Amino acid sequence: MSSHTKTIRVDTLARVEGEGALYIKLAGERVVDVKLKIYEPPRFFEALLRGRHFSEAPDITARICGICPIAYQMSAIHAIERALGTRIDPAVRLLRRLFYCGEWIESHTLHVYMLHAPDFLGYQDAIAMARDHRAVVERALRLKKIGNRIVTLLGGREIHPISAAVGGFYKVPRKQQLQELVEDLKWALDASLETARWSASLEFPDFEQGYEFVALRHPDEYPFNEGRLVSNRGLDIDAAEYEDHFVELHVKHSNALHSVVRGRGSYLVGPLARFNLNFDKLPEVAQQVAREIKLVIPVKNPFRSIMVRGVEIVFACAEALRIIREYEPPTVTRVEVPNQAGVGQAITEAPRGILYHRYAMDEKGLIIAAKIIPPTSQNQKRIEDDLRDYAVRLMAWPLEEASWKCEQAIRNYDPCISCATHSLKVTVERAEADGV
Amino acid sequence: MSSNATYKPRIAVFKFASCDGCQLSLLDAEDELLSVAAAVDIAYFPEATRAMLKGPYDIGLIEGSITTHHDAQRIQELRRQCKTLVTIGACATAGGIQALRNWKDVDEFIRVVYATPQFISTLKLSTPIAEHVPVDFELRGCPINKHHLIELITAALAGRKPNIPSYSVCLECKRRNNVCITVARGVACLGPVTQAGCGALCPGYDRGCYGCYGPMESPNTTSLANELHLLGQSDAQITRAFRGFNAWSWQFRKTSEEYEHK
Repeated sequence: MSSHTKTIRVDTLARVEGEGALYIKLAGERVVDVKLKIYEPPRFFEALLRGRHFSEAPDITARICGICPIAYQMSAIHAIERALGTRIDPAVRLLRRLFYCGEWIESHTLHVYMLHAPDFLGYQDAIAMARDHRAVVERALRLKKIGNRIVTLLGGREIHPISAAVGGFYKVPRKQQLQELVEDLKWALDASLETARWSASLEFPDFEQGYEFVALRHPDEYPFNEGRLVSNRGLDIDAAEYEDHFVELHVKHSNALHSVVRGRGSYLVGPLARFNLNFDKLPEVAQQVAREIKLVIPVKNPFRSIMVRGVEIVFACAEALRIIREYEPPTVTRVEVPNQAGVGQAITEAPRGILYHRYAMDEKGLIIAAKIIPPTSQNQKRIEDDLRDYAVRLMAWPLEEASWKCEQAIRNYDPCISCATHSLKVTVERAEADGV
Repeated sequence: MSSNATYKPRIAVFKFASCDGCQLSLLDAEDELLSVAAAVDIAYFPEATRAMLKGPYDIGLIEGSITTHHDAQRIQELRRQCKTLVTIGACATAGGIQALRNWKDVDEFIRVVYATPQFISTLKLSTPIAEHVPVDFELRGCPINKHHLIELITAALAGRKPNIPSYSVCLECKRRNNVCITVARGVACLGPVTQAGCGALCPGYDRGCYGCYGPMESPNTTSLANELHLLGQSDAQITRAFRGFNAWSWQFRKTSEEYEHK
């Protein structure tokens, strides 16, 4: 037992979505406590959805998160369509993928350049970074804007778009309108390749973990809205079986519930998991740049998630261009979905990882039960596990730098705390004390 | 704002119960972000920066509604720290979608979502900032319009009032030459009572307005509710229509309660 204890604490975690804090207590060479505290007030979406009509669920659940509203709309829509046996037009399916491409480009670019990169380069924020790296930040803003342009064209606006609906879209774009995105997207594809290469030039700590990666897997494509839920440890299930295999735990220090794989423990969702489990489904251009920057699966260093996000932006730009080439407007924009009773589950790939929704409706189409499990609450325990291992290596570091490194380790996950509570605050305690 | 040409107004962004979308609007202003950052001093904005400077601040942008005892105290302190206090979005201005709890038993809500209810601390009501402290300006919307936010900051820099409309969505439809979906196709639409700001987005996408910007100045919600009734909407549907992202704003609240108890 050492007499040397340290506490790392960060009371307000910055550059994450929502409000949280970190508290790590070290004694000698051991980490005795790690708490990722989520103090963002709960908003009770699952409860307030009861009694609402299923057609309102995409608009209501979008408000869980201003950063990834499309993920909420997609999971809600797919779960309800499964419950009610809705068959959609194939062109609608394509447009939903395109919609998700827009969100991935916008959200990943925001995270790579504005939330995560400043840690690697030693800046407080992207604005300070812009003073020395103006061209890089300008590239980021333009790339992000193109992601938002896709979202705005399909959904009316970037945040809480209004066109996606159970059964299809309220209105779909004409072929010509999509064509107008092509020039921008060609630029974006080049910029995303530059992003991936640039991210590889950053410095990475030598830190690897043995993860259980969990992501969707589809026979023909890199996953967005469909596929089986698989892991590198033998999981292979339908969305309907999710709650049999995963358990949510309510811990005192967090307003977000912790998820674990039943019988195994923490797991990782998001870019690293998708990439490791679906590398073979990436288009050639994305595979090629991944090889070029030496991303070899399985990537087990969470700090390299910034590179994987770069590759996923390449994928999203290439996929958007493919969809636009193939697109013919749907015959039926939005199929009528009659009121009926039913239960349905769906999982889609939000930028941060899998997002599970379940709804039960009565014969009037009113929601009687809803369950929503966002990616950040699934990663929360995994983040604490990373920190438990990582903080030990920082014993010799000055406190301020150790805290910053721990924050960076949290930001590897692009946590969205607003989602998880349906914030982050960091504490690294380090006191000269005796007898722990 | 100051005779000293080198002085930059200090802006702070604070979050309460919300989705982060309204503050994200500032980062979504891709064309303006770097110029805004050059014209002001971003003193506190945790979503974007680790640098967190102490107050006082010239402009405080408040996102989110008050739902905990701690937040009810925090807003009092922030009011003292901010020379001008502006609410951004439906949560801060009207209580947000989470105000739907205001008609329910919040303890029961906690039990639905959380396994160990005693860990959760929350108030019975989700309330707008103006119910707690004086507010200098309210930016409407779920989410706000990023151009309104830029206009607000520009106006503050110039020391003038922001130019933001208070008329209804109907006027925006007329301006865009939208055919009225209620008159032409019998679609239920909150446009006649909802404040403009979105550019009549929903009617332009073939759906009825669902009230993101909250009640316009002096809305005739009773008359619109009668109209919705004539279109065949049930009392329950009319209640739900007014009970959305601005449900707790008093005009929408009053009408939803009338129809709930019919």
